[in-house]
Amino acid sequence: MFFKRRKKEEEMAPQKTEGCGSDSCGCKQPDGFDQVIKKPLDRRSALKGLTAGLLAGTGFLNSSCSATAGDADKELASLKWNEYFKGNYQLMTAEEKNDTVNRLEKMYELNNGGKINLSDTGAVKDVLYGYAFNISKCQGYMDCVNACVEENNQDRDSQMQYIRIHEFKKGQMNFEMADDNFYHEVPAAGHFYMGTQCFHCENPPCVDVCPVKATWKEKDGIVVIDYDWCIGCRYCQAACPYDGRRFNWSTPHVPENELNKDQHYLGNRPRKKGVMEKCTFCIQRSRNGENPACVEACPTGARIFGNLLDPDSTIRWVIENKKVFRLKEDLGTEPKFWYFMD
Amino acid sequence: MKVALSMISDGFKEATNGSTAYHIWMSVLTLLMLFGAYSYYQQIVHGLSATGMTDRVSWGLYISNFTFLVGVAAAAVMLVLPTYILKDVDFSQAVLIGEGLAVSALIMCLAFVTVDMGGPARLWHIIPGIGSLNWPNSMLAWDVLVLNGYLFINLSIPFYLLYHHYQGKKPNKSVYLPGVLLSVFWAVGIHLVTAFLYAGLPARPFWNNALLGPRFLASAFAAGPALIILVLAIIRKFMDYTITDKTIDKIAMVVTVAAQVNLIMLGSELFKEFYSITHHSSSALYMFFGVGSKNALVPWIWTSIGLNLLATIALTFNRFRKNHIILYISCGLLFIAIWIDKGMGLIIPGFIPGPWGDVVEYFPTWVEVGVTIGIWSLGAFVFSILVKVAVPIEMGTLRYKK
Repeated sequence: MFFKRRKKEEEMAPQKTEGCGSDSCGCKQPDGFDQVIKKPLDRRSALKGLTAGLLAGTGFLNSSCSATAGDADKELASLKWNEYFKGNYQLMTAEEKNDTVNRLEKMYELNNGGKINLSDTGAVKDVLYGYAFNISKCQGYMDCVNACVEENNQDRDSQMQYIRIHEFKKGQMNFEMADDNFYHEVPAAGHFYMGTQCFHCENPPCVDVCPVKATWKEKDGIVVIDYDWCIGCRYCQAACPYDGRRFNWSTPHVPENELNKDQHYLGNRPRKKGVMEKCTFCIQRSRNGENPACVEACPTGARIFGNLLDPDSTIRWVIENKKVFRLKEDLGTEPKFWYFMD
Repeated sequence: MKVALSMISDGFKEATNGSTAYHIWMSVLTLLMLFGAYSYYQQIVHGLSATGMTDRVSWGLYISNFTFLVGVAAAAVMLVLPTYILKDVDFSQAVLIGEGLAVSALIMCLAFVTVDMGGPARLWHIIPGIGSLNWPNSMLAWDVLVLNGYLFINLSIPFYLLYHHYQGKKPNKSVYLPGVLLSVFWAVGIHLVTAFLYAGLPARPFWNNALLGPRFLASAFAAGPALIILVLAIIRKFMDYTITDKTIDKIAMVVTVAAQVNLIMLGSELFKEFYSITHHSSSALYMFFGVGSKNALVPWIWTSIGLNLLATIALTFNRFRKNHIILYISCGLLFIAIWIDKGMGLIIPGFIPGPWGDVVEYFPTWVEVGVTIGIWSLGAFVFSILVKVAVPIEMGTLRYKK
């Protein structure tokens, strides 16, 4: 049940190649971002100069000016410096996006020796992602949870998980009575199971409340976070009615040999201490036409993912032919996550 | 310019000289601030995991104190309004103290929000122009603006007045009255905006409540002036500054009425939560009675209700209120009751039970308690300096020497 791709590669939103491709000829298409961002950026570089002296004690400038520090240290310090002062991803030009991706790849190489493949693929045209969950099929095996953790490089120390599997006693569907923290053999007799995660609402309350616009809904409906812009106030976590968001209370840690190196800027790239993260429908996979890891890992086929705008997709078939429902619809959040039964 | 410099140097001299009691007080505060700084250092190194907060209860002691202190800051309006606009001379001795309290409370508010951030180094992202402030969508963006604006107003007006008194000149009414008028509305604004920050979240039924804003105001106008009465009592005792009984009695009247209104609203809330128990009552049920073995907030909230009732009843009777010993005790009890009610009793139960009904409790760690003590000490330190400098200027003992 792979999600069908309607549009071909060439119809994807242009990312890195605009105009004639040459930086010097000046025929670059006037980008909407350019006009918006020109002024703030100028002011940001002014700030950069102003604070340079003040920040001297914080370490990175220190080593970049030191005569004894090695070349690699100096390069790393300058990369860190530029990363600290970069803007909000939402407002970056294509060129700036490209720069930060290159910096992050280089920084990983200098820090860890290996290489990562960091993508900044944009939303595919005419795609709106949706998800359906078959309550009849789920047996509570938690393979989805494990696949999600491995795919998305979640912190192993705190055992962070985006997906929660709730175990209900038959005869009611009251979440207050369900257990989302069970440790026993499944499926338990007389019980049924239901998974929750970020529902990628059409009216996401978490996006409105963010004081710095560090989280937003992409054109393909995925609600994402700019991990480098988030200030860690956790207002979004308070605003989410679905327990969809997770916070890095400590520095997240993933063993080098377990790190998924196919990464997306808005997806599974390693996070830092003090920022929010969440399910992104595996943006690094879905935007390449693959299913999210949870869908792929589910042994019972309870999970269905696809393009809501494609009339031939499985998700559309489910919504049109099954009796579907969503959770807490009274809140007006319009989740793009439906439940159904066989 | 020369006058301003002289005022700063005179002020510095005034703030660093004083009785032994003053020096001991300031040293103790400094020690506590250092303890707070050390606790915050621990939090910076280990991240917010050094606190008791989790993904289930993601705001705790810091945001609780922040919420309460916004109320204390807003309460200055209860002295500003009668003094400058209703021209009630009985309040005039107290009004600068009230504004000083507002400034200290606001500094504490901003400090509490800052220590609650996961990435304090990235806070510049909030500055319009170089960052991207999500205004007008985010109530937190509104709060940042109104709190800083209120801080500016409450710094500039008293500074303007003191600057003139320092030179023995009469301040120009047409300069400061518009600012005063603005500050009256602004004070109501900061507390309503802070209430809306919570009330605007349908995800948390305990907060998603139209009474939240008005009740914030009522409790703030009780707790803030109650603190001002206590502070005035101390200033009267230790400083050569005349504060008449009439002033104290009038402020006590403000506290009493606000406390009574607050109780009516509390009753209204309790009726709604417990007459017809629905899913929306789960947080109140947890807070007042506990769920199974989980009942961390139960002793707190009952203490708060008990103190609140006791203090309000005592204040209601003229005979008790006019007795200053009983008045001071009542004000102290009321202050503690509302601190619990607007802090632990409001922020924590908003998260319990969680969106899926799970009851996970919250207990602050010593790091959080240490940082909290440090910030309260910072507030007291700032306030002491402000009072120490403002009082002699007001009394005419500290004057510009040409």
